[in-house]
Amino acid sequence: MIEITNLQKTFGELEVLKNISLNIMDHEIYGLVGKSGAGKSTLLRCINGLETYSAGKLLVNGIEIKGLNKKELRLYRKNIGMIFQDFPMLSRKTVYENIAYPMKCWKYGKDDIEKRVKELAGIVGITDKLEQKPDTLSGGQKQRAAIARALSMNPEILLSDEATSALDPVTTKSILDLLKDINEKLGITIIMVTHQMEVVRSVCQKVSLLENGKIVESGDVQELFLKQPEAFRRFLGNEEITSLPEGVNIQIMLRKNDDSGKILSRIAKELQVEYTVCGGKMESYRGENLGDFIINIKNEDAPDVRKFLNHEHAVWHELSGRS
Amino acid sequence: MSTLFGENAENFWKMIMFPAFEATFQMVIITTILGTVLGALVAIILVVTNKNGMHPNRIIYKITAFLVNVIRSFPFVILMVFFLPFTKSIMGTSIGVKAAIVPLTISATAFIARLIESAMQEVDPSLIEAMKSFGISDIRLVCGVILSEAAPAIVSGIIVATVAILGSTAMAGTMGAGGIGATAITYGYQSFNYEVMYVIAFILVIFVEVIQGAGDYVYRKMKNSKK
Repeated sequence: MIEITNLQKTFGELEVLKNISLNIMDHEIYGLVGKSGAGKSTLLRCINGLETYSAGKLLVNGIEIKGLNKKELRLYRKNIGMIFQDFPMLSRKTVYENIAYPMKCWKYGKDDIEKRVKELAGIVGITDKLEQKPDTLSGGQKQRAAIARALSMNPEILLSDEATSALDPVTTKSILDLLKDINEKLGITIIMVTHQMEVVRSVCQKVSLLENGKIVESGDVQELFLKQPEAFRRFLGNEEITSLPEGVNIQIMLRKNDDSGKILSRIAKELQVEYTVCGGKMESYRGENLGDFIINIKNEDAPDVRKFLNHEHAVWHELSGRS
Repeated sequence: MSTLFGENAENFWKMIMFPAFEATFQMVIITTILGTVLGALVAIILVVTNKNGMHPNRIIYKITAFLVNVIRSFPFVILMVFFLPFTKSIMGTSIGVKAAIVPLTISATAFIARLIESAMQEVDPSLIEAMKSFGISDIRLVCGVILSEAAPAIVSGIIVATVAILGSTAMAGTMGAGGIGATAITYGYQSFNYEVMYVIAFILVIFVEVIQGAGDYVYRKMKNSKK
């Protein structure tokens, strides 16, 4: 378990992290999202001690990271794997040697290393690439090798810093599926720093949204999607709705496993209200579909519709006319 | 009558030319080896104590960088004269191959240090960070990761340095070190025997070509040994 309380980091005058507090449970996939420069990568690096912090607490399994000396920190890092956006590899060594390298440095036995590398290569699906040099691999294959390397010493936690940002959509999906698989099968806690909403949607259970070094929103991904707090909207940037038509515009959220999908037809049938659908989308959240509709109604129909939606316990938001 | 290709040419080659080549080879090889070892040490100090390095230390960095720059800004002939007393005190003589190696090595160390330093700084910082994230020790990080990744660039730097050292030996030759440069000056230029001078110049061109060619071959081998 990772407990972060009032974490702060300053570079001289510049506050990089301001009062960050969050808890990450074991076996979770936790997303840290935000725009470039929001401080999410710095926060991630505080967790494995690649960055130091100025004040506050950061406990991993009850141990304060700041209190570790150099040797303890090295031992501690053994327990935390990390993958990067540009999947750095030792270019003069083979993929096999790259995956084996951390274990070699920690003086694992040769037979153990060989067994582990082959096992990992099987998990990430690059068994046939082991004797090649990293330069001959595609981005996705390199990231797979990097994941195998990060997992080599059986870490409890895997840190991912924009691991899919440099990959094409199809490869991104396959890497995300792999990470989800690893999380489910090996029970490794994964913390994902990303600016891609798609990453959060497809793998994260919980998420914190950072803006200018502060956490502005935290919580369950699906709940946040339904609630759509202001900061979340800002990050998602509902760019498609630049100007809403006149009248009252209501966004109705579609939840899983309930009748919210039928609500539109019921408004028409039961309230006899005419509406225009002026927006909407469906998205997959960890394999479950969530979505929303935006409808436009006349001002005089609004009170009835509001009453009806509340009565039905629908999740809805009235959109202010931004034009 | 030709000195190099005439009747008594055999003696001239045996007595003058071959010993000169031998002296030059000795100076170039020993200086390159010593310069590389010492230069690598200086480069490691520079990279490690640099403000973005593993153990930033302003004072050590500044002093080392300053010394390197001072040595690099001396023209070699001046450097040689400057270090004469020092050379004499450690080698017991100020002439000959043995004496020439001292200033040659000092000059080569500073030059090679800068070349290795810049090769080391070209290593992807993200790779270094990744390696740190696995809890790898600093010694391994420098020797196993950074030097190994920079090796092809270091090799091509050393080749550049070797050619420069060859040039310096000619200068050292004029100060009593012997070698092929000295022969070109003494038996060629000063004796108005241009044949000797041109032949030696031609041989030097071949030397440089061979050194560069061998270096490029090793560089390519190291760089793309893809399977």
